[in-house]
Amino acid sequence: MQSHPLQALVSELHEPVHPTVVMSNHVHVYVSQAHKGELVMGAGVDSYNGYGQRGSFHVIERQMAAAIELFPVFARAHVLRTWGGIVDVTPDASPIIGRTPVENLYVNCGWGTGGFKATPAAGWTFAHTIATGEPHPLNAPFALERFTTGALIDEHGAAAVAH
Amino acid sequence: MLLITCPWCGPRNETEYHYGGQAHVPHPENPGELTDEQWAAYVFYRDNPKGPFAERWMHSIGCRRWFNVLRDTATHEVLTSYRLDEPRPGGNR
Ligand SMILES: Cc1cc2nc3c(=O)[nH]c(=O)nc-3n(C[C@H](O)[C@H](O)[C@H](O)COP(=O)(O)OP(=O)(O)OC[C@H]3O[C@@H](n4cnc5c(N)ncnc54)[C@H](O)[C@@H]3O)c2cc1C
Ligand SMILES: [Zn+2]
Repeated sequence: MQSHPLQALVSELHEPVHPTVVMSNHVHVYVSQAHKGELVMGAGVDSYNGYGQRGSFHVIERQMAAAIELFPVFARAHVLRTWGGIVDVTPDASPIIGRTPVENLYVNCGWGTGGFKATPAAGWTFAHTIATGEPHPLNAPFALERFTTGALIDEHGAAAVAH
Repeated sequence: MLLITCPWCGPRNETEYHYGGQAHVPHPENPGELTDEQWAAYVFYRDNPKGPFAERWMHSIGCRRWFNVLRDTATHEVLTSYRLDEPRPGGNR
């Protein structure tokens, strides 16, 4: 498990221009407009390990270039603020949900850059695992043992990045 | 933006480099005799310290050579860089 900075940014307030969440894997853009009017954008993960709750500026720069590629009108928006959080990344960029070699100790971690959206399914399958002592069929492939058997979820980078 | 010193080319912006993760991970001496657990430890298990961390970087749009950097993961301060055949400055943790 490696800890990496992941950054996000918001613009100043604007009239409604963007009525839905848009995600483009092709240019790596994830953007929505908050009800108050800010454009909210997720940037990429920094390549290096870090606990400083900030990342490198070129990641923000690249993110804005990608967003403007997709929506040229965003070129008029000014960035209000950026921030970085720490995300825990596994070798296959997929979470670990299941038992551990220690009896009665379970893990639900390694969610990396995509753990919000998965919360309902993660909670449901994790509860099933703890209640029955066996993984639910949905989280069975996400066990810690996959790093020993080699049955990884996906190669790092090929994993779904949709937020 | 990190300012990283390549041992051959001097200080350059982070965007000239490629990150290679933890340094000083020894290749198994007898690969044919490793168990699956030992392979897993070698391939996938890495330290993840908050503080000084010895890590590999490659000067990908410069001289394209790998080298090691000692960097503080809490402050992002680049403490020093050194060649692959040099030991970690200050000893191993
Ligand atoms: C900028 C940014 C944007 C994101 N955008 C999205 C998105 O759009 N969609 C999405 O699905 N996901 C997104 N994520 C990812 C999502 O936030 C994470 O995957 C999710 O928060 C992980 O939840 P978690 O509970 O597993 O871990 P965390 O939220 O990392 O929680 C771990 C907790 O453990 C605590 N802790 C650590 N060490 C110790 C210790 N030794 N003792 C006690 N406590 C400890 C920490 O303080 C922390 O509270 C984003 C993340 C960031 C940073
Ligand atoms: Zn160089």
